[in-house]
Amino acid sequence: MAERSFKAEVAHLRKGAGDTFTGEGILAITKALLENGVGYVGGYQGAPISHLMDVLADAEDLLSELGVRFEANASEAAAAAMLAASVHYPIRGAVTFKGSVGVNVASDALANLASSGVTGGALVIVGEDYGEGSSIMQERSHAFAMKSQFWLLDPRPNLPSIVKAVGDGFALSEASNTPVMMMVRIRSCHVTGSFACRDNVRPQLTVREALSAPRKDFARVVLPPMSYQHEQDKVKVRWPAAERFIVENGLNERFGPATAPVGIVVQGGMYNGVIRALQRLGLADIHGDTAVPLYVLNVTYPLVASEFLDFCAGKDAVLVVEEGQPEFIEQQLSTFLYRAKSLVQLHGKDIFPMAGELTGKVMLDAVTAFLKRAAPQMLPAQVVAPNAPAPPIPDLTKTVPIRPPGFCTGCPERPIFAAMKLVERELGQHQISADIGCHLFASLPPFEIGGQTMGYGLGPASNAAFDGGGAKRAISILGDGGFWHNGLSSSIGNMVFNKADALTIIVDNYYSAATGGQDIPSSRADNPTKATQHPISRAVRGVGVEWVRQIDRTYDVKRMRDTIREALTTPEKGPKVIVASSECMLNRQRREKPQRAAAIKAGQRVEVPRFGVDEDVCTGDHACIRLSGCPSLGLKRLDDPLRDDPVAHIDQTCVGCGNCGEVADAAVLCPSFYEARVVHNPGRLEAWWARLSARVIAALQARRAARRLSFGAAG
Amino acid sequence: MTEQMPIPAARAPDPRVQAIIKLAILAVGGQGGGVLTGWIEDLARANGYDAQATSVAGVAQRTGATIYYIEMAPASGRVPVFSLAPSAGDVDILIAAEMMEAGRAIIRGFVTPDRTVLIASTHRMLAVSEKMVPGDGIADADAVRAAAEVAAARLIMADFEATAVRSGSVISAALFGALAASGALPFPRAAFEDAIRASGKGVEPSLRAFAAGFEAASAGAAPAAAAKAAMPAAPPAPQGPKALMAAWAALEARAAAYPAPAADMARRGLAKVVDFQDAAYGAEYLDALDRVRAADSAAQGWVLTREAAKYLANAMAYDDVIRVADLKTRPGRTARVRAEMGAKSDTVMAVTEYFHPRAEEIVGLLPAAMGARWQADPRRMALLDRLFNRGRRLRSDGLPAFLALWLIGGLRGWRRRTLRHAEEAAHRSAWLARALSLAGRDYGLAVEVIRCRRLIKGYSDTHARGLSKFDRVMDGIALVEGRPDAADWARRLREAALQDEGGKALEGAIATIRSFV
Repeated sequence: MAERSFKAEVAHLRKGAGDTFTGEGILAITKALLENGVGYVGGYQGAPISHLMDVLADAEDLLSELGVRFEANASEAAAAAMLAASVHYPIRGAVTFKGSVGVNVASDALANLASSGVTGGALVIVGEDYGEGSSIMQERSHAFAMKSQFWLLDPRPNLPSIVKAVGDGFALSEASNTPVMMMVRIRSCHVTGSFACRDNVRPQLTVREALSAPRKDFARVVLPPMSYQHEQDKVKVRWPAAERFIVENGLNERFGPATAPVGIVVQGGMYNGVIRALQRLGLADIHGDTAVPLYVLNVTYPLVASEFLDFCAGKDAVLVVEEGQPEFIEQQLSTFLYRAKSLVQLHGKDIFPMAGELTGKVMLDAVTAFLKRAAPQMLPAQVVAPNAPAPPIPDLTKTVPIRPPGFCTGCPERPIFAAMKLVERELGQHQISADIGCHLFASLPPFEIGGQTMGYGLGPASNAAFDGGGAKRAISILGDGGFWHNGLSSSIGNMVFNKADALTIIVDNYYSAATGGQDIPSSRADNPTKATQHPISRAVRGVGVEWVRQIDRTYDVKRMRDTIREALTTPEKGPKVIVASSECMLNRQRREKPQRAAAIKAGQRVEVPRFGVDEDVCTGDHACIRLSGCPSLGLKRLDDPLRDDPVAHIDQTCVGCGNCGEVADAAVLCPSFYEARVVHNPGRLEAWWARLSARVIAALQARRAARRLSFGAAG
Repeated sequence: MTEQMPIPAARAPDPRVQAIIKLAILAVGGQGGGVLTGWIEDLARANGYDAQATSVAGVAQRTGATIYYIEMAPASGRVPVFSLAPSAGDVDILIAAEMMEAGRAIIRGFVTPDRTVLIASTHRMLAVSEKMVPGDGIADADAVRAAAEVAAARLIMADFEATAVRSGSVISAALFGALAASGALPFPRAAFEDAIRASGKGVEPSLRAFAAGFEAASAGAAPAAAAKAAMPAAPPAPQGPKALMAAWAALEARAAAYPAPAADMARRGLAKVVDFQDAAYGAEYLDALDRVRAADSAAQGWVLTREAAKYLANAMAYDDVIRVADLKTRPGRTARVRAEMGAKSDTVMAVTEYFHPRAEEIVGLLPAAMGARWQADPRRMALLDRLFNRGRRLRSDGLPAFLALWLIGGLRGWRRRTLRHAEEAAHRSAWLARALSLAGRDYGLAVEVIRCRRLIKGYSDTHARGLSKFDRVMDGIALVEGRPDAADWARRLREAALQDEGGKALEGAIATIRSFV
């Protein structure tokens, strides 16, 4: 079960004509899919479209009522490959994953799909993870649309536009026999708003029905000579058909006066940013009615020359608003103008920064700079000649610490890396390769373990050059998500095949945790529609790894440490795999907290553990924090002039995972940690014995206190 | 959506654009920023406003800095075009759910004097980079507060985290209360409370935290005065039998007779060593401190004496097994643990202590001469390690473990004969002697040598690392001794030693010194 449940929201997906839907972008997309008669959906989770997968999973009842198949695909490549169902069958299919990494993984299938062409509408919904909050390399998915020639939609970021784009995308795909990619940025996935609903529509042909009447067409197979024909078909048939559809159906939009000396061409996703800049300059009103003509590209690939040249007609200068690089759109538009021998001045990345997000400030500055140059008479006086500068605000850049994401309170991965740190102290540094997933946070302080990440499931593969072994073995980390995504074959299987003398630690936290806690084959939960509980260690043995160690409680730091040490020092050759398993604490708490509260209420005996630090024993060296970094383990300044350094302190958010005590023991830190288990509803005998013990203890304490000098609260 | 409206190029700005309320929330992942955003959005819609919210989720939720953004405007029947992200210089209300996040908002330009109401919680959730420093790496909250006072049009600051915890809820509800109290949104308090009720989850605790946040924000409108650090607490007062109290009174009188700048510290130091051992040990402390005073003078402001009063006490109350066992078995400790865990005095509670004794700790307890012999013999040390060196989890709420700890804690009478005591005393007197020998020639350097005692702390490896850093700093000080800026270099060496665990900064500082001596 995923971290966030959409069970309540999913009810809104049943709305029909006459109803208004209010909610998040992600839900609106799901509703739009149903309204457009989608036949099958799938994808692979990852921000910002993780929630789309979660919504689909939570909506499975509704989907099956409508005859829609939902598949949780193994990877983005698998998701894209599933769109093959739309090659021969007139069935609409949609898959979702994150860009650009998901598109990278999917590119093989996407290229084949684009070559084959489609009969039913095929839609790839890509969550473009670019700019603030992004967790991946900064690239554009745009290039993939260009190289494989599928069309790219970038709708304006409001619910009605996004919903419309889904329908347009299917229709465009069918009209041009080409798969379509719809791009939604991080914020548009989570933007809230409303749109008028239509009724959900059953697919004309369901995938079940299709199985009864199989189809094939030799001409669609990507093999010579058909593949040559596919390329010709793309350029001569599908592309013109797409352009025709785009123009005839007005997929791109124009706003503002028909004639003006200047204009702005904008990706649909950047529209609100441009309007805000114009609003601030007094050139647009609250509803976006603008004095500067806008040509909004809801379709950013292909670009339609006739439409663009028509927009440019009569203008002196045009600004292209395009996020990211390379500036594909600007380059194409320049070519259009050049070929048309146009004298219109085209501005874009000469004014905008080449790289980075187009934030409000960047947008305002760039639009202002453009207008200053091209149409200064449109600008308000105070922009042309600003007033006195604002008072200087003290610089805090040296004061405020960075706050990158990290392991959650009680995370079961923390003790794994604490153990690795301890082994590093004994055996020295090793070559360590990380993968994608929460465990990558270990590359940040305090652990600073691992210095590379090459892709999902590719952690061990990215250490392949070192597989031959040496004085010290290479170590790679692999999450359970990455293991099932790609790691089992690309990484583990090939370690076996190449007789790798190296260690792989597989972090098994029962979920695809970093993407929001979705189930995967090794998840422990019972899932009504998925087969779970397939142990990773069995899969690993199955592909031929002999040296496998299964650790069922990662919090056992000593065992973790000893096992890692053994793997690094054993004379045995061949790949070593340690499967370190403990449940993701975020998900575990979400599962257990309500159960615990109910049990306490029902009068059952429940122990609630939490850790504490004896502040007069702690000396303020913070060695424990350098082996932890737990959010609940912080510092506290003591009100004692004799003490210089703040001491460790555990706040009430501690979940009592045990890591602090285990690390203090394994690393021989200080004895200042204690674990306190509050016992709710103790048994009568237990309570009586506790009272008796407390009385004896109090007597002993009083006896000593009567014979010595003791001070203040410490007494 | 494709209508085209010919509009003249020159026109007055739309006053309705100015009426858009732009609200950003900067929080740390896990603080409930999403819930707060949902309440504000529902509040706006329920009160005749169009509203749009966005967030940047993703891995940032895993304890990283996150941002939520809401825009709203009076509904007009036609949907406004709202922005999806806050823009520098264009935010009306900024809610920072943590002090450094307020700082981050100011850095990003989201707090400007012409428009921004800044609502910030003053509590700290320390970043890893602040916590992991061996010394004190906590960022300067006063600098953020000072900047906030310049940057914000209006500032509302209070510890909303504490407010929320006291109400049995989370900070989002308290901040929602503060937002209501700020009056920055054109909705009455009841409308805010309705939004919480409408959400239907954890309504009662949320309403309590809301009310508490409302009150804290109303009270905390003038935050600067309240922030000033309180004076340190009064020195601890002793308890004990009459005879010992008389002995204490005599010692305390000696401490009180110290020159004013050092008297308070001497009194505190005295309490610490007496608490650690006994009154005789306290007398020993004052004897040693007397020697420092003799080398000091009013002309120097008695700095050396004051610093020695502090660090000598810390050196004498070293961390040995006896002290730890003693501290863990005192009556006040039991009460403190219960208070910390929110357990009533009759609640059943199991307390587990984590000990890991090594051979070093065992020989440290042996008589000095015998302990030294054992320590010099690797075979005997290995034997002790075999016998004792393992993690021991002791249930100190149970009788057997408590009794064991209580007995060890009672070995104070034996302590002065132990090897550890002899080692500590020797180290201490060498350090003190060095400082005193410098006092006449370079007073400032003598003070710095005294302060270097701060480097020695912790147990086992940590303690060994501290000692080694201490030694390296002392060696570094020897290099600069005699130079006019020696004291300054000594201070830099010590600060460098506290920056990182491995001592990289210290090595760098020593390398710098070697480059010019």
